Amino acid sequence: MPLLEIENLSVSFDTAAGPFIALDKVSYRCDSGEVLAIVGESGSGKSVAMLALMGLLPSSATVTADRMEFEGRDLLRMPDAERRRIIGKDITMIFQEPIDSLNPCFTIGFQIEEVLRTHLGLKPADSRKRAIELLASVGIKDGAKRLSSFPHQLSGGQCQRAMIAMATACRPKLLIADEPTTALDVTIQKQILDLLTALQQDYGMGLILITHDMGVVAETADRVVVQYQGHKMEEADILSLFEKPKSAYTRALLSALPENATGDRLPTIAGVDFLSEGAKA
Amino acid sequence: MLRFFLNKLLLIVPTLIGITIVAFAFVRLLPGDPILLLAGERGVTPERYQKLLMQFGFDRPIWEQYFQYVLGLLQGDFGISISTKREVISEFLARFPATVELSFFAIIFATVVGIPAGIISAVKRGSTVDQTVMGLALTGYSMPIFWWGLLLIIFFSGMLHWTPVSGRIDLLYFFPSVTGFMTVDALLSGQKGAFGSAMSHLTLPAIVLGTIPLAVIARQTRSAMLEVLGEDYVRTARAKGLSSLRVVGLHALRNALIPVITTIGLQVGVLMAGAILTETIFSWPGIGKWMIDSISRRDYPVVQGGLVLVSIIVMMVNLFVDVLYGLINPRIRHQ
Repeated sequence: MPLLEIENLSVSFDTAAGPFIALDKVSYRCDSGEVLAIVGESGSGKSVAMLALMGLLPSSATVTADRMEFEGRDLLRMPDAERRRIIGKDITMIFQEPIDSLNPCFTIGFQIEEVLRTHLGLKPADSRKRAIELLASVGIKDGAKRLSSFPHQLSGGQCQRAMIAMATACRPKLLIADEPTTALDVTIQKQILDLLTALQQDYGMGLILITHDMGVVAETADRVVVQYQGHKMEEADILSLFEKPKSAYTRALLSALPENATGDRLPTIAGVDFLSEGAKA
Repeated sequence: MLRFFLNKLLLIVPTLIGITIVAFAFVRLLPGDPILLLAGERGVTPERYQKLLMQFGFDRPIWEQYFQYVLGLLQGDFGISISTKREVISEFLARFPATVELSFFAIIFATVVGIPAGIISAVKRGSTVDQTVMGLALTGYSMPIFWWGLLLIIFFSGMLHWTPVSGRIDLLYFFPSVTGFMTVDALLSGQKGAFGSAMSHLTLPAIVLGTIPLAVIARQTRSAMLEVLGEDYVRTARAKGLSSLRVVGLHALRNALIPVITTIGLQVGVLMAGAILTETIFSWPGIGKWMIDSISRRDYPVVQGGLVLVSIIVMMVNLFVDVLYGLINPRIRHQ
């Protein structure tokens, strides 16, 4: 049984001009210990899909799916209270802007310990001890001191580490990382990716990595889903995708990598309707 | 934090100097002669007039009068009332608890109703509940205090006989003033029914005085909550599997309260202004009514002293709010 299985997930938003379909019948599967990358340009629906899974979309969104199961449990038809026991504990998520993702009014310690107290029912002394351990596990050494720091007192990289500590507090089975390195300096990006993959291997958890960086995909993913305008264009294991891309869009995406630049011009994706017949893999 | 506090405290000095100038100039710009008003219909002889001018110091140059006044203020001397011959400060202190009590209950009413109303409105944005709450807030904000007060008196006192029309307590109860706050003194007296009577007298004036601040607080809370609910950290809180109550009531509200606290602080000035009308309508023996009477008597020391004292209190409350703002907002605290 896969850890996560989603079949024909669709998301539409109510707008003044009528419903806008952000995701159209896309299926996902992720096993324990697997790194699944979801790639695609902005607007391809990769974040929307995972926010729908987490139940984080606004009320203007309509989410439908034939199946949305986590460890065989139906997330779609589950009562909210039951779903909240899974979200934040077994399925967690980190976001693109780490500084903005942490509450500016609460200390790092409070925000990490809150997860431990909510889901594991730890007492204050135990949750504090565990929070220091968690900070150490994400590479923040002076954890006891950092617990009383506010997000604005930390760097972007440290905030993302704190977010990862928070997301891994209950040893989740699935971690979703929504462009976790996009807002960080290049030097920090590598450290954060290494940290994520190390934790993924240590905990044996599934990792869904949302990104538009094909370099990140090549380094970390086992399997890749390529999306374009709310549609899945291709799903393949990492080697097949880079060696024999099936869809025209994936080929265009790979040929647009900066390393394929000639002269002083960066390659671009041609304005083709990739959704037309035959473009999908 | 200490530097933040000292900075705020230092800013009070120029403001206070400005207030003394305005208070001093304001009463002298009013038409009417305090000595002639004091003499009444009998009038006064030119000799007596000159003598009184010298006695009150009105014959000296205006700048000298100002510096004498400021020198007195620095020594805690707010002057002596021309009409009652009593010290301004003692008259002020005798009436101040009544205004504080009224303002306190008014701001409590405005905050306790306004903040939840704003939160509900923001969470139910665009719904009938939101439109109703914001419609009521706009109505409350637009309602003239004297008209609103009279409407409530007619309905609750005149028609339903639920509340008394005026005063601070029923004549049935008599006890010595210990704190000056009728509700506290009623409790201390131990007389059965005294506290209930004090509260029933306080209800309508507090609602009338608190209506405009309530509307402002509700609208500010709604707007701050709407902004905060869209922030990334609220999404993180939801992603942690926290209940909606905790996400909205702790993670969002804590951030939304930062501008709301400032608004509540600013409402203290509005309360002081509103107290003048409310106290007049409900015959509430506070400083508002006292100052209105002093203006009509051209009692310079009382008007000046009253203005300065009220300004000091408003500034102190704002200083307290600034400190509170710093405590709530860590980014300010660590600057």
